[in-house]
Amino acid sequence: MAIVGAGVVGAACAYFATAAGLDVTVLDRRAVAAGTTGAGEGNLLLSDKEAGPELDLALRSSRLWSEIGEDLGGATFELERKGGVVVASTPDGLAALVEFAAEQRTLGVESQPVDATGLRRLEPWISPELPGGVLYPGDMQVQPALAAARLLERARRRGARLELGVEVTGLRTHGGTVTGVETDGGTVAADVVVNAAGTWGGELSARFGAPVPILPRRGFILVTAPLPEGAIRHKVYSADYVANVASDNEGLESSCVVEGTRAGTVLIGASRERVGFDRTVSVPIVRRLAGHAVTLFPALASVDLLRVYGGFRPYCPDHLPAIGFDGRIGGLLHACGHEGAGIGLAPATGELVTQLITGAPTSVDAAAFSPDRLLGVAA
Amino acid sequence: MTGTFAFDGRPVPFTEGQTVGAALLASGVYSWRRTRRRDRPRGLFCGIGVCFDCLLTVDGVPDQRACLRPAAPGLDVRTQIGTGRDDLVG
Repeated sequence: MAIVGAGVVGAACAYFATAAGLDVTVLDRRAVAAGTTGAGEGNLLLSDKEAGPELDLALRSSRLWSEIGEDLGGATFELERKGGVVVASTPDGLAALVEFAAEQRTLGVESQPVDATGLRRLEPWISPELPGGVLYPGDMQVQPALAAARLLERARRRGARLELGVEVTGLRTHGGTVTGVETDGGTVAADVVVNAAGTWGGELSARFGAPVPILPRRGFILVTAPLPEGAIRHKVYSADYVANVASDNEGLESSCVVEGTRAGTVLIGASRERVGFDRTVSVPIVRRLAGHAVTLFPALASVDLLRVYGGFRPYCPDHLPAIGFDGRIGGLLHACGHEGAGIGLAPATGELVTQLITGAPTSVDAAAFSPDRLLGVAA
Repeated sequence: MTGTFAFDGRPVPFTEGQTVGAALLASGVYSWRRTRRRDRPRGLFCGIGVCFDCLLTVDGVPDQRACLRPAAPGLDVRTQIGTGRDDLVG
């Protein structure tokens, strides 16, 4: 089989497919984690998912990330079970948040409401103005580029081939079924082809003659100077993040996500805009994100920013990834469109792709992710 | 504008247009930060504001880049130990 895309989703597909004994070639026109994988924060969140197929996938992924951590050594890709803290800015907001968490809890998402005092016990530097929040111990973090590299390393040890700097230009078919991919370096034979091209999965699927509607949704992340260990302990974000992720607004949306890293730097996100593949850094967005962060952590006002980075989330119109066989061409699967949750959802995606190819029972209900649901949907 | 500023309590002369980092080098000082984990000495690396290796504390404010900060009379420049933010220990 050929997997197009050496981001974390392609890497996870290769990891699970080689574990199942499949013969795998991973192709990428650039490098490992050169696209959206290398431009994210590495969130493995359960806390922001409401009941539905994405939560099922996230719960499965959470378990698989732990297993991968045991297999590959979690420290080698900075797997941290740090937990998330979602904070409300008003008492009404807190009540809604606590209700949301109670519903998630019935589905297996562990959480614990905390009042203002409890919040400061979890995060000593958090604003005393905040009325409270909810602790989600199951939220985790990885360094995404390292995670993709380690998954691919293991896949290669199991026989996978990795072809970087090779651009896939089209599909080879015979009688409506895949026989390989065409690249700028020749043809690669394959009985199964997986589109794991992330944000560029829309463009690739069009080259294959089986378009799926995936568009870029731009986001920026600010990086502060390093702080002492323990200054910011969890992933801390404001409750309006959930509403912003779910929004269909094309304009700028932002909410606050603040987290420390192993390196000591603090990452501040997250903005969302549909502006195509425009990488221009926007000073008003930087100002807005920094302002949000200071309302959560007033002490950040005196901490310098080192840099800003940005990337493009693969946006699907119904906010669900496209995972599974394409009904139009035999042997073609898509595994893309995870928007901002691709790092978290990668293992369950790789597992599902492998189960669909081998005909094994699937760990999650595959129907909701079928790319065929998107036929006729404009990007 | 010429004059002196203080580096860890010692006077350092500078000339018009010099950065703190340039004045320190001209005075034979090559390191003014200790790393967080291994307590290693650090000074100028890129020299153009990109690498954030030459950080020091100026008038009590940490994380100032010596290569960009213009020298000025009377600055209180100090070696930065670690993050310089012990006030934010969790």
